[in-house]
Amino acid sequence: MMAITLDSLRTDKRSALIATAAIGILLAVAPFVVGSALGNSWLRILDFALLYIMLALGLNIVVGFAGLLDMGYIAFYAVGAYLYALLASPHFGLHVPVWIIIPAGAVLAGVAGALLGAPTLRLRGDYLAIVTLGFGEIVRIFMNNLNAPVNITNGPQGISSIDPINMGGITLAKPLTVMGVTIPSLHAYYYLFLALTLLIVFVSIRLEDSRIGRAWVAIREDEIAAKACGINTRNIKLLAFTMGASFGGVAGGLFAGFQGFVSPESFNLMESVMVLCMVVLGGMGHIPGVILGGVMLTVLPEFFRHSAGPIQQALFGKILLDPEALRMLLFGLALVVVMLYRPAGLWPSTIRRREFRNGSASDVLKEGE
Amino acid sequence: MLEVTGLRVAYGGIQAVRGITFHVEQGEMVALIGANGAGKTSTLKALSRLLNASGGSVRYCGKEISALAPHQLVAEGIALVPEGRGVFPRMSIVENLLMGAYSRRDKEGIAADTKHVFSLFPRLKERAQQLAGTLSGGEQQMLAIGRALMSRPKLLLLDEPSMGLAPLMVQKIFEVVCTVAKEGMTVLLVEQNAKLALEVSQRGYVMESGEITLTDDAKSLLANPKVREAYLGE
Repeated sequence: MMAITLDSLRTDKRSALIATAAIGILLAVAPFVVGSALGNSWLRILDFALLYIMLALGLNIVVGFAGLLDMGYIAFYAVGAYLYALLASPHFGLHVPVWIIIPAGAVLAGVAGALLGAPTLRLRGDYLAIVTLGFGEIVRIFMNNLNAPVNITNGPQGISSIDPINMGGITLAKPLTVMGVTIPSLHAYYYLFLALTLLIVFVSIRLEDSRIGRAWVAIREDEIAAKACGINTRNIKLLAFTMGASFGGVAGGLFAGFQGFVSPESFNLMESVMVLCMVVLGGMGHIPGVILGGVMLTVLPEFFRHSAGPIQQALFGKILLDPEALRMLLFGLALVVVMLYRPAGLWPSTIRRREFRNGSASDVLKEGE
Repeated sequence: MLEVTGLRVAYGGIQAVRGITFHVEQGEMVALIGANGAGKTSTLKALSRLLNASGGSVRYCGKEISALAPHQLVAEGIALVPEGRGVFPRMSIVENLLMGAYSRRDKEGIAADTKHVFSLFPRLKERAQQLAGTLSGGEQQMLAIGRALMSRPKLLLLDEPSMGLAPLMVQKIFEVVCTVAKEGMTVLLVEQNAKLALEVSQRGYVMESGEITLTDDAKSLLANPKVREAYLGE
């Protein structure tokens, strides 16, 4: 259904306006609908879905656009989160305002991205995956062990009582009253995350349609040809790592402020894999697909968690399998099914869809007729 | 225009190019021929800086270029058509051509050059919106040459344009290369197909096991009994 609205978005200006308005209203009322129908736990899931969309869009730049398989992406999320935690918590007694920390997190994560990118420039595919995987683990283990001799990260205990996000004296931790309307805290976070997600979507779209975006795609398609076209592949690849990482840094900072607690546990390999799955399952390099992937992979495990118990109760009269154990099994199955039936992702770009459907081999073999 | 002196390329301990010296004059088409494994492609890769040379100097228009990065060469006016075509498979023909003009910013010039490429290769114009990955090998080769021309080079480096193509297609492609050369382009042509390469070139170099063993006018080389025996199968 979304596809229809998007297609019409291109063809007709008026229906475009209507579609945009409809999506806008939908996004605006979503927290109230979800909150009253499903409760606060789903509202939190919604907030997390937005954080994951930001992460997935960041990784999409590296994996989807530039074709560089990054398995340690969550490290940049960790950098953003820890920067926020260290600069706005009782741990060091610092309380730097949010509008400084979040951009600083983006910059620091970007620097970390360039640091990761620089030694891996000559690597591709599985080799690059292994190095980035190692990088992700190094960052996590650093966070785990930087509590001695000088306690910086507070080690495995993590940092707690992090300041909630607070802008110009307005804190999002308590219900807000705007023009007589009371907005609960989870809703307020939703709107903040939504605003930043939209910003990241906008930046992604502009990047995709720029000289840099085309250079990324060229590198993904054929690196030697890209060089022969006069693309400075070194800088353009570093830029992909930097841009992607900075999105992760923003999401990380928001996560720390939202959660109020960070520990190395939140940044393990499984998280990197999860974000990568969002990109691949959604439709690599296709922004709407990646957003869909982010939503699906955040919501699906939670859905299984909440429904596995009641369904068993209804079917068998008792709970046979622990929902917590069952949900990852179902989730894994869902991933396998998607990859079998939609190998290009749930919502691939038209070019990729064409390619997977035609299995272009027969066309290529029509040699020199 | 291009002066190569004592160029060496090594893969680990193995010397692929053992100090070769050759030159290409402005407006000339020069063929570098030799059997498989003679070091032709390595030479071209070193010239276009996709590989690091282990020694020697490369001067282009009097300027040492052996330390430049590949993208800087494009700005200097050197365009490479890589071995095995190397088009961007998931971009359309037009997008591929525009990528070739990546280093330029003059919109009108780019539009004019796109037209020019389409007039050289009408086949590409018919399929302008088709994805490059779905083209036949010959069409991909046309596209690769067209894309190289889009950077408005002064020197065109062609790596085995005939490789893996039907004879008729090879002929078409060579016709266009000759047209481009007549328009004033300087061309360095690396080929296994010695006969064809020498027929269209003014001069030729014969490479064997990483060394240049013979050089002469293309016509004399074609008549040379050694060349005829070794490369023309007589």
